[in-house]
Amino acid sequence: MKSNMATTVHTLPHDRLQEDVWRPLRETSTRYVITVLLVGAVALWGLFCWGYQIHKGIGVVGKNRPSMWAFYILNFVFWIGISHAGTLISAILRLTHAGWRKPVTRAAEAITVFCLMIGGLFPIIHLGRPWIFYYLIPYPNQRVLWPNFRSPLVWDLTAILTYLTGSVLFLYLPMIPDLAQLALHTTGWRRFLYRTLALGWTGSDREWHALERAMKLMAGLILAVAVSVHTVVAWDFAMAIAPLWHSTIFGPYFVVGAIFSGIAALLLIMAVIRKFMNLEAYLEPRHFENLSRLLFLMCLLWLYFTVSENLTAWYGNQPHEMQVFGTRVRGQYAPWFWLMVVCNFIVPFVLLGIRRLRNITTISISSVCVLIGMWLERFLIVFPTLAHPPLAAAWTTGYNPTWVEISIAVSTFAAMALLYLIFSKLFPIIAVWEYRYVPDE
Amino acid sequence: MGVSLVADQPKAAEHRWGMAIDLDRCTGCEACVVACHAENNLPVIEPAEAARGRTVHWIRVDRYYEGEFPDVKVKYMPVLCQHCDDAPCEPVCPVYATYHNPEGLNVQVYNRCVGTRYCANNCPYSVRFFNFFEPHWDSPLELQHNPDVAVRMVGVMEKCTFCVQRVQRGKRDAKEAGQPVADGAIQPACVQSCPAEAMVFGDLSDPESKVSRLAESGRATRLLEDLGVKPKVFYLQKAK
Repeated sequence: MKSNMATTVHTLPHDRLQEDVWRPLRETSTRYVITVLLVGAVALWGLFCWGYQIHKGIGVVGKNRPSMWAFYILNFVFWIGISHAGTLISAILRLTHAGWRKPVTRAAEAITVFCLMIGGLFPIIHLGRPWIFYYLIPYPNQRVLWPNFRSPLVWDLTAILTYLTGSVLFLYLPMIPDLAQLALHTTGWRRFLYRTLALGWTGSDREWHALERAMKLMAGLILAVAVSVHTVVAWDFAMAIAPLWHSTIFGPYFVVGAIFSGIAALLLIMAVIRKFMNLEAYLEPRHFENLSRLLFLMCLLWLYFTVSENLTAWYGNQPHEMQVFGTRVRGQYAPWFWLMVVCNFIVPFVLLGIRRLRNITTISISSVCVLIGMWLERFLIVFPTLAHPPLAAAWTTGYNPTWVEISIAVSTFAAMALLYLIFSKLFPIIAVWEYRYVPDE
Repeated sequence: MGVSLVADQPKAAEHRWGMAIDLDRCTGCEACVVACHAENNLPVIEPAEAARGRTVHWIRVDRYYEGEFPDVKVKYMPVLCQHCDDAPCEPVCPVYATYHNPEGLNVQVYNRCVGTRYCANNCPYSVRFFNFFEPHWDSPLELQHNPDVAVRMVGVMEKCTFCVQRVQRGKRDAKEAGQPVADGAIQPACVQSCPAEAMVFGDLSDPESKVSRLAESGRATRLLEDLGVKPKVFYLQKAK
């Protein structure tokens, strides 16, 4: 790592940079092929499980009454949360003209698009009759019936589709100059692909100005969309009158949690591509350092929201809420709760807060902990509340996930890896033109 | 859209159905549960599935225990859909599968339901049931299906309808006879089968109906009243 420190990206000629970033597009190692086959197989297994579930009925997963929402909703919130890694962080960095953003933005924006594609599938997998999921989409139809616009699930669908559209544009727009360059340097189907996607970009002043304006506009819009998306996801819970769900804090709490897990995912993926794509010269320690400061800030914010949520519930001492609170903090779910506190607060607070301890390895460890902790947080939101509805006669003791839902949850991680691997083979993972267009900010 | 589905519907409803359940009379015999199963084609859930919390009983009898063994008093409370006037299950359904009909019944349209199960989360009484699998009856039980009630498919929610098929039949019979619906002429299966006559069904918009008088009797309370969802099931017990 030290040897790379000497040649920072600013001293490198642009051709060298282009060469380094484009190399993975040309050369495919055996290791890459094996990884793709492996994660592809796991992803296919997940698809098979989904098919099995549709064939047999949703009863093959562990859901019961009253725990009608479970693993799938938990994973939905988790993936939508991680999707905030990309677009939101990239937009903030663009709007604040953070010069160090250049090697980070595209990797981040790609995370958003793929996480949304995966996260958006979960509510459909979750449905009792997924083959008619389009009943939720507002369009003039033969049923002569619009969806119920008062339902948070319709808001949810709208928000996620908007975010997905915006994120794809946000990823695609700044890729156009790179695609045009690539079209000049490739042959065959790649040339056809890049030339088609480059939309006839010639690099004139007018085009550069249009791109710049578009990116400024998109960065502003996507910020608003990103915040609202996770607020709406939170409202899926907060609009219900279930104990400890019906809370005004949920909107901002979920947004903070989403950004928290999003930065962790981004740092982790950066560490991985840095190592495996030999981009040590571009993804420098200072990029990790800067992003880890953001992670540290979100860690403190997370603590603030968690204390606010639990302290008010405990002080209010309402019977229905206390029942859920009790199982969470000192009952059946307590081990998970305190593990969450360790993962989300203690580990990142110590590893990132003490400067001597802070390096790429400890930052990666913190990121893994935060991802586990945030997954647990969603678990603790979904399960205890549903198992303890207001009438005590309907309480259940627990929830046992089955192999089907565990397989599907695991396979989505493989699907994410697969999508990212394919993306990194088709498109440059670092925006090369940004180095040329604005040499140094 | 060219087609109006609204024009045929009555402007203001004639009836507002409600129920009173006398807890001092209920013996916890569960005849209502059995009657409901027979009347409404409820699926038979196997023991293993039932143990996982997947039973389907549109009406159930909750038991509450007072005191320490051996000096225990048991209280029974039949719980069915409360047909709330401000039903929390209704606004959250994205496809209008659960909606309020003009007579105050909270009804479920099975064909619309996509199975988000949000309504069940938002029901404070936990009286909404989901078809986790294709419904099943051990032979020859399928031969006794009630032809007036649809059999529900896999993946949809279902719940107590106040025996809407009996309500419709009662109104039709009264119309053919050219008379208003007589109080007590319509009885859901649970009411009809209650040996202790603890349950009364009727029209709350008629102040002289038996259910209205019981609801006003001073013995009536509503379950989880503080939530403000305005249930139309009244529980009667001795005022303390």
